[in-house]
Parts: sequence; C-alpha cells; structure tokens
Amino acid sequence: MFRLSREPLDPVALRQSRLDPRGGAFVSFEGRVRDQNEGRRVLALEYEAYGELAEKEGARILAEARAKFTLLDVACAHRTGRLGLGELAVWVGVTAAHRDAAFTACRYIIDECKVRVPVWKKEHYSDGASEWLNSAVCGDHTGLAKDG
Amino acid sequence: MKTVQLQYFALLRDQRGVATESLTTTAATAGELYERLREQHGFTLGPAHVRAALNGEFAPWDAPLRAGDTVVFIPPVAGG
Repeated sequence: MFRLSREPLDPVALRQSRLDPRGGAFVSFEGRVRDQNEGRRVLALEYEAYGELAEKEGARILAEARAKFTLLDVACAHRTGRLGLGELAVWVGVTAAHRDAAFTACRYIIDECKVRVPVWKKEHYSDGASEWLNSAVCGDHTGLAKDG
Repeated sequence: MKTVQLQYFALLRDQRGVATESLTTTAATAGELYERLREQHGFTLGPAHVRAALNGEFAPWDAPLRAGDTVVFIPPVAGG
C-alpha cells in the first residue's frame, strides 16, 4: 500500500492496520518536519505531489522491496499540503518474519521514495522567505536529497 | 501542430505562473517542448535536472509528442 494523504497521518493507526501474526519483526520509519535546514529556521513545510505518478512510482518501490527482501507486508504513506513543525510527513512500515529483512527493506523504501516519487517540498523560513528544496542546486536528478 | 495538456508542479508552476495549460505546438518531442518553454518562461532548471512524464508515466526526452498528450515536467523531487 502506497498512499498520499491530505489529512494528518496517525502512526498508531497505520501500525495497527499492518500488523501480522506471522511477523516476528515490524520496523517503521517516521519522517517529521524539523525546525531547521542548512542553518535556516524552518516554520512550516508545504508538500505537493503529482498524485497519479507518485502513487504508481510508490507502488513500484514497494513491489521492488517485496522482490528483493523476504517480507510479509510493506506500506508507505506520504502527506501533502502544509505541515507544521514535528508533523508526520512520511511513514513507512515493514513486516517480516525476521528483523534483518525488515530493517533493510524499510531503509530501501524511504531512500528510494525520497529520490524517485514526484513529491516536492517548499520550506517556509522564519525570515519570511520560502524555497522549493533541491530546485536551486546542481547535480544529477537522482543524486539529490540524500539527507533528511 | 498538435495540442497537448500541460501540468506544472512546484518550482515550474511558480515560474510558469499557472498549474495547467493547453498548448498548441510544433515541438516533436518532450525535450524539444521543454527547451521552448524554458526559453519562453525563463525556467531556471536545465534538462539535466528535470524529467518528463507523458500521460502519467515517466518518458525519455526523445519521446514523441502526440495530440492530446498530458505532459508534465518534473523538477528535482524532495519527498520525505
């Protein structure tokens, strides 16, 4: 399951919906809005998605994770819209029989999502300025946004 | 000449000033159309930083444009 959501993500409900009695391991990742980036104070983030393609590419990443690792379940949810500090922007949950596969797959999914899924974020700073991330830098299209 | 539907996101939407437009063009490929739009609207992102999507799927720059295509140019993504 990969989905975009305009509504706040509830990590407890997401986790509850994915638990599987066969799974000896459940690993999740929560990406949250942080209060600074590259020395600038961030007040809010605005996420925008090309929904049709984001959902296709997200589903492809989850299918790849299932093919590469021995998993029972994979899920990812990504927010769109305006988010305040600390709000949950992205959630990944992986269930597997064993922890190795669960940890590795969770890492794989979030890393691929960040460089492949057509979602963009605009940071709003304390000085009133705002900026689309990664759009003012040089480099390969897929080599960006490794941190965060 | 063919008419295509364009959707803009993020920085490209800001620089174009609209989210969608219908455009009649002689551009033969997605790449040719991007270069023309870039020149016309002063997009700051070069093609090395942008990907094309046709009809809801990623497409190479040399993909031919057809009448009625939905075209999206994808600036560097930044989810998570």
